[in-house]
Amino acid sequence: MNFYRLQVLIGIDPSSLQAGAREIENTFQLEIARHKLQDEVNLLETGSLGYFGTGVAIMIYPGQITYVNLKKEDVPEIVTEHFLKGKPVKRLMLGQAFTSGYNFNYRRRIVLENSGLINPENIREYLGRGGYESWEKALLEMKPVQIVDIVKNSGLRGRGGAGFPTGLKWSFTQPLTVPQKYFVINADEGEPGTFKDRLIMEGDPHKLLEGLMISSYAVGATKAYIYIRGEYRLCINRLQKAIDQARELGLLGSNIFGTGFDLDIEIKIGAGAYVCGEETALIESMEGNRGQPRSKPPFPGVKGAWQKPTVVNNVETIANIPSIISHGADWFRSYGTESCPGTKVFTILGDVYMPGLCEVDMGTSLRTLIEEYGGGIRDDKKFKGALLGGAAGVFLSEKLLDVKMDFNSLKEYGAVLGSGAILVMNEDADMVDMLYAVIRFFRHESCGKCIPCSKGTQKLYRIISRIRYGEGSEEDLVSMIRLAQAMNISSFCALGQSLLMPIRSVIDNFRDEFLQKMDKKYKFSREAS
Amino acid sequence: MYEEIFAKYSADKENLIAILHDVQNNHPQHYVSPEAINRVSEYLRIPVSHIQGVLTFYTMYSTRPRGKYIIRLCESPPCFLRGSESILAKLKQLLGVKLEGTTSDGLFTLELCACLGVCGNAPVMMINDELYGDLTEEKVVAVIKKLTGGEA
Repeated sequence: MNFYRLQVLIGIDPSSLQAGAREIENTFQLEIARHKLQDEVNLLETGSLGYFGTGVAIMIYPGQITYVNLKKEDVPEIVTEHFLKGKPVKRLMLGQAFTSGYNFNYRRRIVLENSGLINPENIREYLGRGGYESWEKALLEMKPVQIVDIVKNSGLRGRGGAGFPTGLKWSFTQPLTVPQKYFVINADEGEPGTFKDRLIMEGDPHKLLEGLMISSYAVGATKAYIYIRGEYRLCINRLQKAIDQARELGLLGSNIFGTGFDLDIEIKIGAGAYVCGEETALIESMEGNRGQPRSKPPFPGVKGAWQKPTVVNNVETIANIPSIISHGADWFRSYGTESCPGTKVFTILGDVYMPGLCEVDMGTSLRTLIEEYGGGIRDDKKFKGALLGGAAGVFLSEKLLDVKMDFNSLKEYGAVLGSGAILVMNEDADMVDMLYAVIRFFRHESCGKCIPCSKGTQKLYRIISRIRYGEGSEEDLVSMIRLAQAMNISSFCALGQSLLMPIRSVIDNFRDEFLQKMDKKYKFSREAS
Repeated sequence: MYEEIFAKYSADKENLIAILHDVQNNHPQHYVSPEAINRVSEYLRIPVSHIQGVLTFYTMYSTRPRGKYIIRLCESPPCFLRGSESILAKLKQLLGVKLEGTTSDGLFTLELCACLGVCGNAPVMMINDELYGDLTEEKVVAVIKKLTGGEA
């Protein structure tokens, strides 16, 4: 085996691909070969390096030097100056001004510990980082009940949005003695502004697989599915590759490690429906039906896919499992807060300098996230508000910038953590327009099963459109909240129930802006322009 | 074409969604034709009505013929905040079509879609399997020009 002097990691994800990452990669290969450096420099593909809006980025070890916004013409310079002479090209390095205060925080990572460091398409790199040791430990040394207990003690809560304790969820299914149980990963990440699961799957697909294997064993499922939305092509390809590699090494299949335990994993692809993120709708879709939610109870843990007990968990939740098994529940509790242990992956976007993702301890304040990880508000504008948790989230104003980001702290303010999306808006943002976009999204995604949601979203859309065009009145605000409250009580699933949160929070926090649009003067100025 | 696709999947209802994806991707006009519905119905032994129901439920499927390039512009709040509405107006003006419409040369179909999960680069659109991010009106003009030129 070769020992390389330099390791060059190129981030391959949709963002960099659309900026021409493949072409840069090929140019690097040609240049490296031209200077006969192929035994000294190792060019590797990895997942997202965590930067956005910076085009094609590469990271070079040793030194962790990052180049961004690379163009084809820059490649020869990097190869001759940096690779040959050892002089980094300052001009192309991630600028100091851009990153002042930016916190990379690699040490406190659990879910993303390998992302951007290893080649996600090679199982040996994952094995080299201690991968699949937890799977071996779980299967050879532990009983399913023990695993459920460890996960219970770790205090891990579902990362899909609702924050239900994972161990408790498993404990409903684990004791059932039936011939067939299923484990399903919910990778139908449709919440606007959320792409954490995509980056976990693209950056380190084996981590999800290992977690899924352990989880399936813990609840006694011999068949597992990963339900991915159809838009995530790169995820689907990388996961399929990872599954094939794991099967080849005997980590999947029948009689794994000679224990007599069988497990197989299959990918199911969605076709574009937000409601399929709801677990019973997801199961309907997996079975080949319209993705409309089922009545609960019976809960999927008792009667799920094909009427068999089925546990459905989010990608990020399950990606935590390998580390919990190898380090134990107490170690996991050393992260985050008392009631919400562990870390959380957030996606920060909108009007910030560095849109992207980060993994931090639960309970980190919103201010820290925006300023340190998001790089602050773009173009030196002022912060106005943030939409937390995607469309089914809440609008926060400046008053709550120091709120701790975990399930319980946010609940005190009537807010939710949701999926971890933070959409930052500067002083120029029009809150009426934002609410319009949220309601329009819900109107489109309402599945049509129940009347409160399908009719309610249409009615709300008419009201908000009226306000947006300067024809609303103050009573419209009252009727929107009352309608959303009625939907909250009577809708069949969380989709219709959750619209109350964005509507109430935006009207509470930014009422003046709505009133401004109802002013007659506004209408005239609009017509004049 | 149908035999090849069916050979990949067992005749179970759970494979319906994957089969419809394959059928649509292999059709030159990127849609699920009435003939395709009948063939899938015969293979899986599922009523046509069920397949119609599934087709119209999910946004990725189309039951009408579409262009060679399907433009799907994200209309979710993050892209909206960063100006997707002006991009939509530009696209409509450039192509001279309404939403869901196809240009008369059969090249482009314009659609809206929900979040594509690339919000760091908002506003974003997807043309077939390719993503285009950080869109500006100039960038849209360039992309359309490039795709149109490639055909001539």
